[in-house]
Amino acid sequence: MTIIVYLIPVALGLGLLGLGAFIWSIRSGQFDDMQGPAYRILDDDDDTPA
Amino acid sequence: MTALTPTAPGCPSGLSPVTARDTKTGYAGFVRDVGDEHAIDLVVRGAKCGGCLSKIEKSVSALPGVTQARLNLSSGQMRVRWTGPLAADRIAQTISDLGYGIAAQAADTGAADKAREERSLLISMGVAGFAAANIMLLSVSVWAGYGEMGEATRQTLHALSGVIALPVLLFSGRHFFRSAWAALRKGHANMDVPISLALSLAFGVSVFETLRGGEHAYFDAVVMLCFFLLIGRFLDARLRRQAHAAANALAAMQTSAVTRLTDKGDALSVAARDVAAGDRILLAPGERAMVDMRIFDGVSDVDESLVTGESLPRTFSPGMTLHAGAINVSAPLRGEALKVVEESLLSQIGEMLEAGEQRRSAYRRIADRAVSIYVPFVHTTAALACLGWLLLGASLPDALMIAAATLIITCPCALALAAPVAQVVAAGRLFRKGVYLRSGDAFERLAEIDHIVFDKTGTLTLGTPKLESMTLTGQPVPLDSPDAKAMLADAASMARVSHHPLSRALVTTAGPGAAQESVREIAGCGLEASVDGQTWRLGSANWIGTDKALAVASGPSLWFARAGAPAVQFRFVDNVQPGAADALNTLRAQGIELEIVSGDQNSAVASLAGTLGIADWTGEASPQAKVARLETLRNQNHRVLMVGDGLNDAGALSLAHASLAPGAAIDISQSASDAVYSGGLEAIPLILRVARKTRAIMRQNFALAAAYNVIAVPIAVTGHVTPLVAAIAMSLSSIIVTLNAMRLQIEE
Repeated sequence: MTIIVYLIPVALGLGLLGLGAFIWSIRSGQFDDMQGPAYRILDDDDDTPA
Repeated sequence: MTALTPTAPGCPSGLSPVTARDTKTGYAGFVRDVGDEHAIDLVVRGAKCGGCLSKIEKSVSALPGVTQARLNLSSGQMRVRWTGPLAADRIAQTISDLGYGIAAQAADTGAADKAREERSLLISMGVAGFAAANIMLLSVSVWAGYGEMGEATRQTLHALSGVIALPVLLFSGRHFFRSAWAALRKGHANMDVPISLALSLAFGVSVFETLRGGEHAYFDAVVMLCFFLLIGRFLDARLRRQAHAAANALAAMQTSAVTRLTDKGDALSVAARDVAAGDRILLAPGERAMVDMRIFDGVSDVDESLVTGESLPRTFSPGMTLHAGAINVSAPLRGEALKVVEESLLSQIGEMLEAGEQRRSAYRRIADRAVSIYVPFVHTTAALACLGWLLLGASLPDALMIAAATLIITCPCALALAAPVAQVVAAGRLFRKGVYLRSGDAFERLAEIDHIVFDKTGTLTLGTPKLESMTLTGQPVPLDSPDAKAMLADAASMARVSHHPLSRALVTTAGPGAAQESVREIAGCGLEASVDGQTWRLGSANWIGTDKALAVASGPSLWFARAGAPAVQFRFVDNVQPGAADALNTLRAQGIELEIVSGDQNSAVASLAGTLGIADWTGEASPQAKVARLETLRNQNHRVLMVGDGLNDAGALSLAHASLAPGAAIDISQSASDAVYSGGLEAIPLILRVARKTRAIMRQNFALAAAYNVIAVPIAVTGHVTPLVAAIAMSLSSIIVTLNAMRLQIEE
């Protein structure tokens, strides 16, 4: 059972990593526009300044 | 980058109508300097699909020096950055010419606060979700190992759960604690009081149990509760922020610029709010008046359709008073500002809006009513359970544990999700049909409607005249004959330089072509040009000097005369919205009374009412008269839906029980309404149907939540709630309520 001494922190660490990524994506405004990006990917002109 | 092909103005998917163009000036005051770049924040109206997005971004990016042009499709906010001498007005004009509404973004701290609140709720929700998943992982091993797991292992796992739960409770739970504390300090209770109590009690009891090595800890229930409640809270905040963004359009309108004339006669662009009474103002053709003014120089036709509802322009000459909101059509006007912006008609209507908003916020929502029953019920039950067990001889920790379990299991997850989920799903469905909802509780009010008051111009009719027929010396000329086309092309070549609605209608029918250079616009008369030494005139019958006997009466018309040739008459009609008759019949079949209240002339209103079969109508109604009519209906206990587009409707829109505005409506009317629809009137039966269904689903959800409590409370009070039961019950009730709301997606 001593294995859980390693496994639980590893599991929590992975979870925290995901949480960190989520918070980063909110902070960088990726949730501000929920509709636009779905269309923007269809735009063929890649050289449009972003 | 590929060259832009000229396309039709407005949304290519037809989700939103084209916005009327006017001349864009005064944006320079909103430009900020960021490093060595200039930046401006704009609000774009009418952008609904991917086609709009790429059309707008590409056109603006193509302007010289633009380094960034990014439009947020959800909020309509656009940020443009550029280097070099490009004028901000040109950016605005470019977007306006594409057929979209545009305004400079007002400095609005309210919107920033709302966005920050939404973002912090989303982060709190993420944190709670993370903790809920991890604690659940630990709890599942405790449940699975029940009876086999050693006490030390169990205690370690509980302690670990507690360590994860504590920061989450403090961080994610702060939204509830703060709100509950604020309510308690004012001496009343809200939904957050039982939530806060349940969270802290459950956490405290769990810590106590863990320390004494007990079997049950409710850390998983605590964070899961937080998580579910924050989902509901976040959805609610997002809907409210969207509503706020729409209301902001009104503020944006008042940030517009005005051209003030200095004593030396120089034109100076100033913000509308800086205009003082007595200032001399220049109103260029195409510009909208921002303050009421008395004309002292110039003669021009003025389009007052948004102020009075009258469909055709009126001629203004020195000495006449022009109201804010009117658009100058033909020639420059100079006038003296009568009042400051705050006292002008525009602001008075703004005040009417506020009064309406206040009255509307007094409306008691279903959710509020549910909470007022729920809060005392739960608290009494928990207190009684605690007392009862103490009297039966249970120890204080055990009695407290049961009280906590009662609070946890009855905690209003389902109640908190019931309304927002239904509203979000319904709003999403309407959005795909081109209806943009401004407030979530509008569904409840829309569902109660029994009487509809329509404005005429722009609501029941298209609001823009359309060429109907041509006559030459009293004989009709078919519009598709070569003769007619040649005459139309000549007339349109003159009309292209004019902002007059009838000229626009001619141009629309004639299609693209060249414009005459020597055209003079004579207000109240028409257009005059000299072509190859001949004088061409396009205008009123009197001015052309035509033979009255040849004129076909009824409806607006234009005459076109070339030297030596007989005059041609163009006749126009303001067409009824396509699909209006069907939509009105559907509404009538539902037992809803219909009525027209318009500012247009009685004859025009009467003929439309006849066409549509509406018996109740009022013509030549002032904005105050519209408001008075709504007051009367209100006193007769009618639940009135007002549908209107003009500035003159704004007061009535805000006063009505619920209100709708077409997408082509002026900003101020859109912000006064509960929802903005694009397309035709067929949206109205759809909106009402979805609203009634939403209300039904919300009621069902509250009934489900209540039924769940009826089952859960006895289990909790008798002390049979284990953490496993609490977790299952809580998720189940939330999932059922959410699934029920999803039924709103289904189209009949």
